Amino acid sequence: MAEHQHTPEVHVTPLLTYLLVFAALAAGTLLTWWVSTIDLGWMNTPIALLIATIKATLVILFFMHVIHSTRLTWVVIIGAFLWLGVLFVLMFADYLTRASDFWSIY
Amino acid sequence: MSATTPEEHAHAAHPFLQHHFEDLGQQHEASTLGMWFFLTTEILFFGGVLCAYWVYRIIYPEAWAVGAAQQNTMAGGINTLVLIVSSLTMALAVRNAQLGRRGGQVAMLLATLVFGSTFICIKMWEYHEHYKEGLLVGSSWHWNEVPALAPKVQLFMTFYWGMTGLHALHMVIGAGLLIWIIFRAWRGQFGPEYYGPVEVMGLYWHFVDIVWIFLFPFLYLIHGVHHHG
Repeated sequence: MAEHQHTPEVHVTPLLTYLLVFAALAAGTLLTWWVSTIDLGWMNTPIALLIATIKATLVILFFMHVIHSTRLTWVVIIGAFLWLGVLFVLMFADYLTRASDFWSIY
Repeated sequence: MSATTPEEHAHAAHPFLQHHFEDLGQQHEASTLGMWFFLTTEILFFGGVLCAYWVYRIIYPEAWAVGAAQQNTMAGGINTLVLIVSSLTMALAVRNAQLGRRGGQVAMLLATLVFGSTFICIKMWEYHEHYKEGLLVGSSWHWNEVPALAPKVQLFMTFYWGMTGLHALHMVIGAGLLIWIIFRAWRGQFGPEYYGPVEVMGLYWHFVDIVWIFLFPFLYLIHGVHHHG
């Protein structure tokens, strides 16, 4: 019989991996707090965004097991962030080009 | 007309296999994929608020810096760490379910509930402090440390209450779902062949953690902009 009776493919992540991801997240939290106390001019915001994005990526890949997920799951997740990108790009394509009531405030 | 013979059906009869799935593997994939579709709507839901936040942050950078300076960075930082610990215990609960360890699973889920509740308690204390400082937007607003910026700081605080409030609502819902999952885990319903509900609970919990990972720097850690000295 070609009957394929399969139970979930269980990828048990090693305990050490979880602990290392946790350590990286805690370190990132302390780093983002510490960097915010230093005046780096316009660089403060991109650095905070970069640290938060790295932390979120670690959570998604390891805590949410996406690194072992099916390709279909990857498509859904990448699609979600593409739509988020569309939201931001179109919103700012509008606002950042409104000279009168946006940048000219200064 | 069912194509399944009685033998095959008997073979497939796991108490938690829904009749419309071929097997537990397909059921597991469908439930995690369905959760990701839901999380997509959540990403765009929070994304819309974040987009509005950035538009006003670019228009009023000084007010945003002054507004962030009203926050208790220590409380926010500790809460960030509390939430990260709760994500670790949630991940370990899923791991224990995969390994068929009932005791460890219940213990890790309970720890997640305790840390999640700690976060909510610290958040409520912060809310109370803001209320006393007159930072509750609307008719009870009386904060006026920088009179020229006060209306714009109130706009910042509108985003603060809205974004942290939506996040806290997700935490409360998550805590409620956790109680249900803890009960099921305690009954011994999850193991290597069936742990979808614990996995999906984890996906939700980690998503709410990710939202906070962005809210902490956005609402507490804006470095001061000193255009006018």
